Amino acid sequence: MTTAPAAPPLLELHDIVKRFGGVLALDDVSLSLARGEVLGLVGDNGAGKSTLIKVVAGAHQPDGGTVSFDGAAVRFGSPRAAKDAGIETVYQDLALVDTLDAAGNIFLGRELVRFGAGPLKVLNKRRMQAAARELLGRLALELPSSGTEVGMLSGGQRQSVAISRALYTRPKLVVLDEPTSALAVTEARKVLELPRTLAAQGVAVIIISHTLQDVLDVTDRIVVLRKGRKVADVATAETSLEELVTFIVGSERAKGAGYA
Amino acid sequence: MREPAAIAPPPTRRDWRQLILDYGIYLILMLFVVAMALLSPNFLRTTNLLNIVTQASTVAVIAVGATMVILLAEIDLSVGSVAALTGAVTAGVIKAGAGASSAGFGWLVLAVVTGLAIGTALGALNGALTVWGGIPSFIVTLGMLSVGRGLTLLYTGGRPIFDLGAGFATLAYGRLGPVPVPVLILIALYALAALFLHTTQLGRYIYAAGSNRRAVALAGVNVRRLKVGVFALAGTLAGMGGVLLTSRLDSAQPTAASGWELDVIAAVVLGGTSLYGGRGAVVKTLVGAIILQLISNGLNLLNVQAYWQQITKGGVILVALLLERSIRRVRGGSEM
Repeated sequence: MTTAPAAPPLLELHDIVKRFGGVLALDDVSLSLARGEVLGLVGDNGAGKSTLIKVVAGAHQPDGGTVSFDGAAVRFGSPRAAKDAGIETVYQDLALVDTLDAAGNIFLGRELVRFGAGPLKVLNKRRMQAAARELLGRLALELPSSGTEVGMLSGGQRQSVAISRALYTRPKLVVLDEPTSALAVTEARKVLELPRTLAAQGVAVIIISHTLQDVLDVTDRIVVLRKGRKVADVATAETSLEELVTFIVGSERAKGAGYA
Repeated sequence: MREPAAIAPPPTRRDWRQLILDYGIYLILMLFVVAMALLSPNFLRTTNLLNIVTQASTVAVIAVGATMVILLAEIDLSVGSVAALTGAVTAGVIKAGAGASSAGFGWLVLAVVTGLAIGTALGALNGALTVWGGIPSFIVTLGMLSVGRGLTLLYTGGRPIFDLGAGFATLAYGRLGPVPVPVLILIALYALAALFLHTTQLGRYIYAAGSNRRAVALAGVNVRRLKVGVFALAGTLAGMGGVLLTSRLDSAQPTAASGWELDVIAAVVLGGTSLYGGRGAVVKTLVGAIILQLISNGLNLLNVQAYWQQITKGGVILVALLLERSIRRVRGGSEM
């Protein structure tokens, strides 16, 4: 998926700073992302990947720097604000409510309502069930039977529910945080097809993964974070596993680090 | 592409456990009813059954709010004190307006509304301290248990407020046909609470936030405000229980409803609502409250010393929790 160089980026982070107490979690991180582009975000544990996507998703507010999305400067005060702007995040732990079923999770926070207003909105459970089945079917992953609590589902089914929830609103940007970490190999293959499918529809994707080969397989570009700083921003076609490892651990420790 | 790749296998081995969790409470209720009917020939008479429900009503009213708090994986230990304070304030306002004669209807409404407003305020304070103070609700409401009781003693000067008039007594002793007013209130409250919890968006958020607070917050729901609202509602309902009790006793006792937090929590957990949040049904709380009342009546019938009733109540809570824990653990994965 190639993008015209003149097109303005969908997401632009400029000199983002985030501190937790005395710890500098993000240190002047800048990056930009075009529509339909798949960006890999890699780095060691504690490198700042999760913090960075939480800033993008509105779950953290940056202490410095600017974010612009879809051509306008934004400051997301909450996850809801980011969702409303068109950014959906699938967290590593999926952030599912185990005691609700698939439909309940997909529509969590944006339930379809039959009637009512304010604090007394009556749910339209039947429509949500029907819409959930259609969404899950479209994803062509394992389909959970409706009504079953998601706590009882397999890893792949849970993943399907989380992704269906993210895609429901037709977002402009989808963030996938370690999407394959809890999956069996065959399930992981299916999930990894998703970024390309989305990109073909013009949706931008940020994918975080420890599995560098996966990142090399599905991304257009890879950003490497180390100790809160961006140390590399390379086209996937022009890098290699070895080079990524070097970036991740720092050149002096690269040899024999055993990354894969 | 539309064909499902695989349908989840239906639950099989867990079925009987789920059945126990879902319907065990009704079985227990039936066992108790049969046992009581054998103990006492008069037990199954309508008047006696209505009597038992009436006796259970004060605790059961409070337990509606407690169910919602526990669904959120929080706890409210202050309900007894809040009930007592609400009852005392209501009685105080009635007396203030009564003069020599019995208070008028409008004044009674004012008195009850004033009492309930105080219950609601204390409940909201519980919620605010839990949510924004970052203190576990267990500790916050333990403090409120003491504060509420102290305020009640202060307000009443340690003496009961009595002689509240025939109008106020209608609340506890009035009847619509054969049905006592407290039973009507009970049915209405439980029907509304069940509708609210099972059909509305807010009701769903209560369940969901009790199961995974973070996921619900990430979905854009203001969980903190939701919690404060539920604690406030629990305060209102605790107050309602206090008003009913005051009406039944025709007096506000400064030590009224002491220790009721245990009865209320027992009714909720006996009804199968999980103390870990996210699971339960409010209607079963009513069944739980009635079973507790049956236990108490049964022990009375058997001339068992009153002290044993306290031991029984505590024991019921512990056994119910152990049962739930062992059943859920086998189901695995879904806890926390």
